[in-house]
Amino acid sequence: MIPEVLSTVLVKNALITAFVFVGVVVWFSYFLSARLTRGHIHGSAIAIAIGLLLAYVGGSVTGGSQGLADFSLLAGVGIMGGAMFRDFAIVATAFGAELEALKRAGLVGALSVVIGVVLSFAVGAIVAVAFGYTDAVSISTIGAGAATYIVGPVTGTALGAGTDVIALSVAAGLTKSVLVMIGTPFVAPYIGLNNPHAALIYGGLMGTTSGVAGGLAATDPKLVPYGAMTATFYTGVGCLLAPSVLFLIVRALA
Amino acid sequence: MVIYGVALLSFCMLIGMFLGELLGKLIGVQANVGGVGIAMLLLIVLANLSQQKFKLAAPTEGGITFWSAMYIPIVVAMAANQNVIAAVSSGWMAIIAGFAAVAASFAMIPLLDRIHSGRKHDS
Repeated sequence: MIPEVLSTVLVKNALITAFVFVGVVVWFSYFLSARLTRGHIHGSAIAIAIGLLLAYVGGSVTGGSQGLADFSLLAGVGIMGGAMFRDFAIVATAFGAELEALKRAGLVGALSVVIGVVLSFAVGAIVAVAFGYTDAVSISTIGAGAATYIVGPVTGTALGAGTDVIALSVAAGLTKSVLVMIGTPFVAPYIGLNNPHAALIYGGLMGTTSGVAGGLAATDPKLVPYGAMTATFYTGVGCLLAPSVLFLIVRALA
Repeated sequence: MVIYGVALLSFCMLIGMFLGELLGKLIGVQANVGGVGIAMLLLIVLANLSQQKFKLAAPTEGGITFWSAMYIPIVVAMAANQNVIAAVSSGWMAIIAGFAAVAASFAMIPLLDRIHSGRKHDS
């Protein structure tokens, strides 16, 4: 009787269950950070890595596409970590950001977004060619997926790519987002990612909102508003450039 | 009151999302263009405006800073929702494409950072 009642309560109060669950994960991560790494690896970096690991476990057990949130007991994690709360919290971090640092970044911020889209697209396209793709539509779709996992399917659908290629483009974008989340705190010292200006460029070049959100949280939460500001334009610019100009360039070359 | 801060934050987000959707429609792409960024700018401007004209009461600020502090837990929940399986199980091409894009973008950061701050680096 007790397990049923407990599970009913947890499912009915999904978001509250998620608060407890995430609270425990974060506490455990900060504990590991302090004890095992003596603070060298930031607690939030460990928490995000554990989150991704749990998402892997969730996906392999349930066969769903939403990680842990596919367990009915943990559906609330899907609400808490969904786009609505994520964007809400990102906007909130802007409170206290320096207006001056943002103003100064106008041009280089815009430049970094365009360079970021073109660079990721080009790299993805080259990999697609290396793996034997020869038609411009597939090459462009995979290149677009290397930008973000939203640009990939938007481009693929617009160009009429096959569903298998679209699925690959989504996978490339997901890989990028996961790598940005995990890799940023380790790479940050080597690329000078320790000030608002570099964070603006980082957001524009990486572009994946979830990757940038997770990567900066794990590196230095004070930098979040700057990276998030530019990253938020990336997917739009990608959806604009990839199926049009970039596709035409690929078609001319292929 | 705390709700004033939460309401102000929510108002900024809705306006930003609205303008972002509109911008996407205008340039003809199926995406929200910069909605979050516009919302952030609006919040910064409104918060700075109120510092000069009238000060936000501490509880009102609390309604915003609470959500700012919830950022990391929300990101942890977001990480736990990712389709990690699809990322790692779809073969080498997707993984290599994603990896190469990230590596190239990381490498570009110091270059762009240097170009712009040519006059004088203040940090």
